[in-house]
Amino acid sequence: MIIYGVALLAFCYVIGQLLGEYLGQLIGVDANVGGVGFAMLLLVLLNDWLRKKNYLDPLTENGVQFWSQMYIPIIVAMAATQNVKVAVSSGLIALFAGLVPVVIGLAVIPFLSRLSKSASRAPHGNPQ
Amino acid sequence: MEILSKFLEKNGLVFAFLVVGMIMYGSGIMSIRLTNKKIPGSAIAIIIGLVLAYLGGVFTDGQKGLADVPFFSGFGLMGGSMFRDFAVVSTAMGASLLVMRSTGWVGLLSLFLGVLLSFLGGVIVAFLWGYRDAESLTTIGAGACTYIVGPVTGAAVGASSDVIALSIAAGVVKTIVVTIGTPFVARSVGLDNPHTAMIFGGLMGTTSGVTAGLAATDPKLVPYGALTATFYTGIGCLLCPSLLYLLMRGIF
Repeated sequence: MIIYGVALLAFCYVIGQLLGEYLGQLIGVDANVGGVGFAMLLLVLLNDWLRKKNYLDPLTENGVQFWSQMYIPIIVAMAATQNVKVAVSSGLIALFAGLVPVVIGLAVIPFLSRLSKSASRAPHGNPQ
Repeated sequence: MEILSKFLEKNGLVFAFLVVGMIMYGSGIMSIRLTNKKIPGSAIAIIIGLVLAYLGGVFTDGQKGLADVPFFSGFGLMGGSMFRDFAVVSTAMGASLLVMRSTGWVGLLSLFLGVLLSFLGGVIVAFLWGYRDAESLTTIGAGACTYIVGPVTGAAVGASSDVIALSIAAGVVKTIVVTIGTPFVARSVGLDNPHTAMIFGGLMGTTSGVTAGLAATDPKLVPYGALTATFYTGIGCLLCPSLLYLLMRGIF
């Protein structure tokens, strides 16, 4: 049933986000630390396990797939609710303070990905 | 007219589904006809969304873009963090645990490096603009991480409210730059595989920007970027008001 898939996703979401909230509180930060990440890891693990046990029928999977298909439309809606006006009207300093970190980050990517590739190659013997 | 506006306000979410569907359809056609599929439809749709957000902000003077227009209030729910995170988590269904594991420590490194470099970038810009006190520099540097880290840090170190507003603006600019820029720079930085997507997520940190930018580049990369980016704001909120602030205090 579709709802099983949706419920599975909701389960991962709730557990992961709660973990993120508690972790935030634990390290004394006023933010959710990695809630989405924990939820994703949980979903990957559960998916793996359920597949091995053969508990996943296509309909259940559709309950999750639906949301991953809805992802881009949701992002479009999110883009439409950003405070773009403040970004545009805050002048050059906000523009540069937002732009410069992105440029620096982009410049570092090739370096880090080379590092990651050589690291993943070493222990497993195969790239990627 | 009144019946219509009341109806749309009451059924905001469903109306938002309809409008977003039309935007997606229109941008799909624009992608094929105007750009010969060079710019993906989803990228065009996201840019249309940002333009609508700007117009919404101008017309209503609000902070939530199009969602402040009563007709389109459903956008606030559809594009809010609950639906966004729910959908982001669902993308993990097809993700490979092996890749996530093998990128592990580089992903972690990219997170810390991402916070440090963004902070540094923000501080340098603020310094060039004439800010010399540790509180303002720290807050603007934090805003250069994400628009959540900025105000959290600003409140913690006691920065003035205009500096906090500035830090939010810097974070929003970052989100928009990453959203629009990612598909265009993806090829030149080698952002075409899960490994690099995880590093990208860690370095950029803005979950909204990373997920939207990757969606417009290659939807398959979204879960990997999101996985690291989701830790960024937390780490930023941890480092900026503490270690990095102390560092700033030591220098200025």
